[in-house]
Amino acid sequence: MSESKLEISLSVNGEQVTRTVPVRQHLVDFLRTEEGLTGSHLGCEHGVCGACSVRVDGAVVRGCLMLAVQADGAEVVTVEGLTDTGEIADLQENFVERNAMQCGYCTPGMLITASELLKDPKPVSREEIRNHLSGNFCRCTGYHAIVDAVENTINKRLEEG
Amino acid sequence: MKAPKFEYVRAGSRQQALELLDQHGEDGRILAGGQSLMPTLNMRLSQPGTLIDINKIADLSGITLENNVVRIGAMTRHVEVANSPIIAEHLPLIAEAMEHVAHHAVRNRGTIGGSVALADPAAEMPACVLALGATLIVESVKGRREIAADDYFQGLYETARESNELLVEISVPIEKPDDVSVFLELAQRHGDFAMAGLACVARISNRTFEDLRLVYFGSEDKPTIATGAMAAVVGQTWSAACKEAAADALTNDLDPMTNLQGSSEMKLHLQKVLTGRALDAAIERAEAA
Amino acid sequence: MLDKPNSYVGRTLSRDAAKRAVAGRGRYTDDIAPARTLHAAFVRSPYGHAKILSIDVEAAKQQPGVTLVMTGAELAEMCTGPWVGTLVCFDGMKSEPQHPMAIDRACWQGEPVVMVVASTRAEAEDAAELVIVEYEELPVVIDKETALDKSTPVIHPDLGDNLAFEKMIETGDVEKAVAEADVVIEDTFTFGRHTAVSLEPRALLAEYDPGTERLTIHTSSQCPHMIQAVFARTLGVPEHNVRIVAPDVGGSFGLKIHTFGDEIAATAAAIKLARPVKFVADRLESFATDIHARENCVKARMAVSKDGIITSLDIDVRSGAGAYSQYPRTSVFEANQILNITGGPYGHENYRATTQVVYLNKVPTSQYRAVGHPIGNTVGESLVDQAAAACNIDPMEFRRRNVMRDDSYPRVSAAGIEMRDMSHQQCLETLVERMSYDALREEQAELRKQGIQRGIGIAAFIKGTAPGPAGYYGAGGAPISSQDSCTIKLEPSGGVICMVGVTDQGQGVDTVMGQIAAATLGVPMESVRVIEGDTDAVPYGGGTYASRATAIGGEATYQAAMTLRAEILEIAGVLLQAEPDTLDILDGHVVDKGDTSSRISLAEIGRIGHFQVAELPNHIQPTLSATHRFRLRDALYIFTNGIQGAYVEVDTDTGFIKLLNHWVIEDCGRVINPQLADEQVRGGCVQGLGGALYEECVYDTAGQLQNATLADYLTPMAGEMPDIEVAHIQTHTGVSELGAKGVGESGTGAAPAVVMNAVNDAIRPFGGKVTAQPMSPETILKALGKV
Repeated sequence: MSESKLEISLSVNGEQVTRTVPVRQHLVDFLRTEEGLTGSHLGCEHGVCGACSVRVDGAVVRGCLMLAVQADGAEVVTVEGLTDTGEIADLQENFVERNAMQCGYCTPGMLITASELLKDPKPVSREEIRNHLSGNFCRCTGYHAIVDAVENTINKRLEEG
Repeated sequence: MKAPKFEYVRAGSRQQALELLDQHGEDGRILAGGQSLMPTLNMRLSQPGTLIDINKIADLSGITLENNVVRIGAMTRHVEVANSPIIAEHLPLIAEAMEHVAHHAVRNRGTIGGSVALADPAAEMPACVLALGATLIVESVKGRREIAADDYFQGLYETARESNELLVEISVPIEKPDDVSVFLELAQRHGDFAMAGLACVARISNRTFEDLRLVYFGSEDKPTIATGAMAAVVGQTWSAACKEAAADALTNDLDPMTNLQGSSEMKLHLQKVLTGRALDAAIERAEAA
Repeated sequence: MLDKPNSYVGRTLSRDAAKRAVAGRGRYTDDIAPARTLHAAFVRSPYGHAKILSIDVEAAKQQPGVTLVMTGAELAEMCTGPWVGTLVCFDGMKSEPQHPMAIDRACWQGEPVVMVVASTRAEAEDAAELVIVEYEELPVVIDKETALDKSTPVIHPDLGDNLAFEKMIETGDVEKAVAEADVVIEDTFTFGRHTAVSLEPRALLAEYDPGTERLTIHTSSQCPHMIQAVFARTLGVPEHNVRIVAPDVGGSFGLKIHTFGDEIAATAAAIKLARPVKFVADRLESFATDIHARENCVKARMAVSKDGIITSLDIDVRSGAGAYSQYPRTSVFEANQILNITGGPYGHENYRATTQVVYLNKVPTSQYRAVGHPIGNTVGESLVDQAAAACNIDPMEFRRRNVMRDDSYPRVSAAGIEMRDMSHQQCLETLVERMSYDALREEQAELRKQGIQRGIGIAAFIKGTAPGPAGYYGAGGAPISSQDSCTIKLEPSGGVICMVGVTDQGQGVDTVMGQIAAATLGVPMESVRVIEGDTDAVPYGGGTYASRATAIGGEATYQAAMTLRAEILEIAGVLLQAEPDTLDILDGHVVDKGDTSSRISLAEIGRIGHFQVAELPNHIQPTLSATHRFRLRDALYIFTNGIQGAYVEVDTDTGFIKLLNHWVIEDCGRVINPQLADEQVRGGCVQGLGGALYEECVYDTAGQLQNATLADYLTPMAGEMPDIEVAHIQTHTGVSELGAKGVGESGTGAAPAVVMNAVNDAIRPFGGKVTAQPMSPETILKALGKV
């Protein structure tokens, strides 16, 4: 069987791109190899670790559990895009200040997952933050610092209205 | 760990999907939310000839209430189910179960139809649809077929759906106002597949169970209705003895599979514990209502 | 120098690497993609033990995109010879020679057999599926308990048996102590096999330039110089022609101090093809090939007098290695370390410890975070709790009576380990206060009345950090340095470049080295740049493992900075016509001691020292750089100590454990960056908790790894882990001027012990006791007699 390919057009971090991709390529391989967006990481490629989390049409998804061809017509946002728009600048600052990462490999996925709690911030308990992040594996921090950073960001946003 | 080569077709309509299914037969595979299929592709555990993507078929998703039946399109994503006011009001069992379904990002993409079509024995939705007496609606080029949930789940990842059929809708009768439901699950980590779990729907009057349905998952090769345990409780006023009788009866109802999470014996024990807790909770909820 | 007001040492500063990570600008090995890069995939043995009868690669070679298909025999021709994973410091140790890929025989499921190199990883995997290998299955050895039985097959007949190594330590007279004891506690403990599960898998990108014969390898590694030596020697490339670069490393935990056959194979392909070749282990390969660890069974006995004084301890350790001893660091350190540290906080004088390490048809084992400590601490601390209960003494009080006194150092432990500068008593009293021990006991009793079963765990611990050269890798014959180095330079701009042999995998090693350099020199942090992880740039060093970076590399950096500082002051003295010892450096300026006004800036000194040397007298030849190395002199390790506390709730009907609170009081000597030290402890704890509760590589009787996915091998996730309170006692080590000890493994080393003690405390009233990890719900239910 020869490699089947399809042309797709999508928005990647606000930029419209048209590419021909192998149909079997998952979204994160596409972003990493075709677009050079290496902020999204592959940790397991079976949907458990969350390192590949990206936003597709506004929702966080596992980038390894979606084919690139399925993103045809979609708006895809990666950690690089979120950085450029400044949408999570406060969260990123809190991650740095609180040292809520060590090796940094899980960090983009953590940020994107946590960003869902910030869209319409409500008071949340640490337990709720932990549950929200429970699909993102971090081997380094033990999570405590990450929960602190997310909690600080939510509280600050709530204070500032 | 890259997927093997396959062909990919994006079905633009329900009819096209059915035709593609018919055309590709066993070699075709429906791609819904992909949260279970994609890992098996990446691991090369499955090698379909053609993936038929049904994500762009608009009329396969949505939740509506008609004549006391909630109709859930097969492509409705878990997140939509979890956030649906209709589900929250009329199918509180499913609403309660959704808290246990995987993780945020997976719920954003995974679908109820995908879960029911795959029929993972440790998954929440198959147990719910069985407990609620749902009807699974499948279509093929030859037409439409309704399958009662009782007849649908047949074995490990085996269902009554034929390979040329597409699961299009899950029709669930609403929980009756005087019913209570309880969903309990034990998983070692948040969002994991169940080590043991049960979906319970009961009608209770004055602490007496008038009607009861207990469906266990994370145990046998498919969700299991525990007729013996149900019989031990129905007609009885809730008591310690009744709890014990239900647990005893469960021994004959359930023969859990040993797996990495634990032995058959341990799982049976856990299901007995959950049974007591679920029935306690049902009584509490009935009294609070 | 380091204790000045506003010193950078002892201060929390954020990491530059963190700023890159949050922006998705980390640069890991797989992010580097030179043009024409090829990708390697492997055909791996599907059997635990099998003879390879034939290999047919013809169909694979015909596949689109395929550049090279290489068998183990072909690879062996490019290598200088097989590896033998023994060290002479382990007397009597033996191991079978191991080729990078199997040739005639595969000895574990996952051992590489054939490599396919293609344009994409997907194409390489397509072709790998078409390689036909004919195997004849051989009997497997899976159970370490029966591995030495006469009826058990011998995996490597040339070795004579399945024994890799045995050892005994004996101090005093254990049998006499047992005979005279009022209480003797005896138990058996088992520990599941773990693996590191770094989120970034093993990754390597090899490039070879046939013109200069230079081999450049970017790899996710903790120890670039060791990788340089091993790859150079294995592939016959002169060591100075091999450059190893460790870019950002996505977690390591000991996994990435090792060398693997598949990585040698990919590098050989790069040499053969003269094209960049990348190998990134996928998660399934990681489980089946990354080193495993921890599989041990320990029979232990503790003798105690009726007033609660430990008089003796003896342990017998059966350790399950893999099919080969891992080259070059071996598979026996874990057992050896269990012997060294079990019962280590206590003052008993009678000790006997024996071990046998046996070969199994499983993935080779080797060093993984806190080598041996989770096991030794669990065994020792569980016996202590049981002894306390038997003597009817509160377990905190029991430890209070038995820990080595803070004023008793230096001393030698019963295991023969030199101990100094430790603080068990201070740590214990701090824990009592931090966890409100008495109030917690009251709460526990109150909740028992309501049917809520909570347990309080305590675990005192020691941790061997920063190993010295005696009896270590280098002494054993491995090309691994126990020294570490720093070269520090003053640039013309007044900026400081600090090149270190230790490496960063996210701990903040670079930040810590920068803090030490800036504080010592007296320059702003912003003017210091730390370079690590590149053998072309940094002075020779061991790298980062065994909690050695700050203790060893930090001292080298301190010494180098002191030397540079002296040179700067000497030059300043000439220029300012002042005695150097009347001068100081403050915030990048030379000042008069005790004053803050600038006499001359370091930028000016840099300018003169590099460009305007004529302004200096002839006898001054500025180098404006210094290199220092540091190693321990006589000590085997810098031992640290501490104590952990845990509060858990056990659902006695389901066997589920809820972790409520966790405390760690530890003594890593001088703390350079409090936040980074705390986070090392927290992350380490959770790694230990994972092992205690969830993690185990499960093999079936045919030698098949049953749970080689991240869905089935359970790691700790955010939802179940507790917040962790950390405090430090700072008893500076006397072996260095900096005074820092290691901190990276203290959490991991004792967390399994403390949580097991807490669980047992919760279920003790029901007659339950758990001595096996992971403590799955089934383990708990069995302990309670419920299943």
